[in-house]
Amino acid sequence: MAVPKVCGLETEYGILVRGADNNPVTASALLINAYTGAAQEQVAFDLIAEDPQRDARSPDPLDPYEFDPELEYTPVNAVLTNGARYYVDHAHPEMSTPEVRTPREAVIWDRAGEEIIRQSMTAAQRLVPDGAEILIHKNNSDGKGNSYGCHENYLVDRGLPFGKVISAVMAHFVTRQVFAGAGKVGCELPGMASDSVSFQISQRADFFEEEVGLETTVRRPIVNTRDEPHCDPAKYRRLHVIAGDANMSEVATFLKVASTAMLLAAAEDDPMMEMPALANPVRAITQVSHDPTLTAVVSTYEGTTVRAIEVQWQLFEIARLWVERTGGEAVGEEDCNLALRQWEQILSGLESDPLTVADRVDWVAKQRLINAYADRHNVVAGSASLRAIDLQYHDMRPSKGLASRCGLVTLVDGNEVQQATTHPPTSTRAYFRGRCVERYGHDIIAANWDSMVFDIGVDPLRRVPMDDPLRGTAELVANVIDNSATAVDLVAALAEPIG
Amino acid sequence: MPDRIQRKKTERQSEEVAEAEVTPTESAAIDDIDDLLDEIDEILEENAEEFVRSYVQKGGE
Repeated sequence: MAVPKVCGLETEYGILVRGADNNPVTASALLINAYTGAAQEQVAFDLIAEDPQRDARSPDPLDPYEFDPELEYTPVNAVLTNGARYYVDHAHPEMSTPEVRTPREAVIWDRAGEEIIRQSMTAAQRLVPDGAEILIHKNNSDGKGNSYGCHENYLVDRGLPFGKVISAVMAHFVTRQVFAGAGKVGCELPGMASDSVSFQISQRADFFEEEVGLETTVRRPIVNTRDEPHCDPAKYRRLHVIAGDANMSEVATFLKVASTAMLLAAAEDDPMMEMPALANPVRAITQVSHDPTLTAVVSTYEGTTVRAIEVQWQLFEIARLWVERTGGEAVGEEDCNLALRQWEQILSGLESDPLTVADRVDWVAKQRLINAYADRHNVVAGSASLRAIDLQYHDMRPSKGLASRCGLVTLVDGNEVQQATTHPPTSTRAYFRGRCVERYGHDIIAANWDSMVFDIGVDPLRRVPMDDPLRGTAELVANVIDNSATAVDLVAALAEPIG
Repeated sequence: MPDRIQRKKTERQSEEVAEAEVTPTESAAIDDIDDLLDEIDEILEENAEEFVRSYVQKGGE
């Protein structure tokens, strides 16, 4: 039986300081401290409980970027009342959404993350020198060969062999960019000139060098094998996905998550299911990306050739049959039905006239702006103004961002997003985490994805394990939290069996 | 408890909105591309060349 597809998104934002020392590490720290200082009691994320590889994410003392002596540097790693983790990763501000139970919730908390970034920019503006400005972009590349990620995470049954996980998602990760690509001016594939591709579908496709592997910063693999479940490893895996673009379109984020979750669930329910397989996924992911006409063919494992959209139709059919057979419970029935309708409409639209989906597919929306601008001003492909439009599509400043101006349809309403900036989802253990930060922040020594540590005034510290992402929900713990005025009360109440 | 009932209701209403909103349209946005281009002319980074050149990020993840 497919396990519930608890999921989450981690977005590294591009950051640039204008009018002052452009130090991305300091600026990221300033941004986050400005927000947490203004918004809530600070609760530190507990890096000690992470495995050594995650420890490597803390700032490197040998970092070539010098810290600005005028700004106090604090390693920043905060847990928010909405259950998210907000921190400095390498030289970027990163927002990890709380664990959510459905793709629609993933959209809500991803959008809430954007809103928190905007609030952070406002708060930080008061702390930077006159004339200076921190610019933030929700993109994945600087156009010069440097990439940063938008990762997805999915709860997967440990019983499904990893080889089956790989075959369930490999062809999807190569081809889902036709609806989930965020678009890019130019090429960053090593060995190719920047202007050898005037416009491509994906921000990220140029950066993958392996089919499967552990790395995320060098020799990036299409399927990442990091095995760090942040929950009971005997029951679950956490599939950590690095082969995706950060989306501005809510429909694209929704469909990216829903389609992937449905295919994983389908594989869990029928591990013997035939999935489309490509001969050379690493080559194919750039072939697909470099062809916005959507006519290019890639080689299949069987030796035939196929267009990316044809692969997507096969995957759509697998997901459709899975929903028909199971009702889609593991992903959420309503979400599955909405996702299947959108998937079908978008693939049909892309085949007939891509402009019909310019209101929900980022790369189409961006290409439309770029083509229209190039026509009006008679500028050549790849020119600086077109690259500026590319960057500005992802600009988080409301006064400058182009994505919010080009008619993208929305899936969730602004009130839900506002609520989600300070409130956790009710459907996962993130509820427990967020409510505890909100109510007992002062007494929390550390928080992690799978535990919280409280100081209740007497030794020893009390660690509350959260091994199961599906416990700690509002249904299970809202009353306990509501009835516990202090962390002491909470820890005592949790020692009692929850009825 | 009343809170939770209220919240559920809100979710349902917005899902109806969502359905209506994502019904495919001959996107209105396509008709006003000229208005949009006027706006881009106004808000695009003044010195695009300098902006694009200065936009350098460290690799992440």
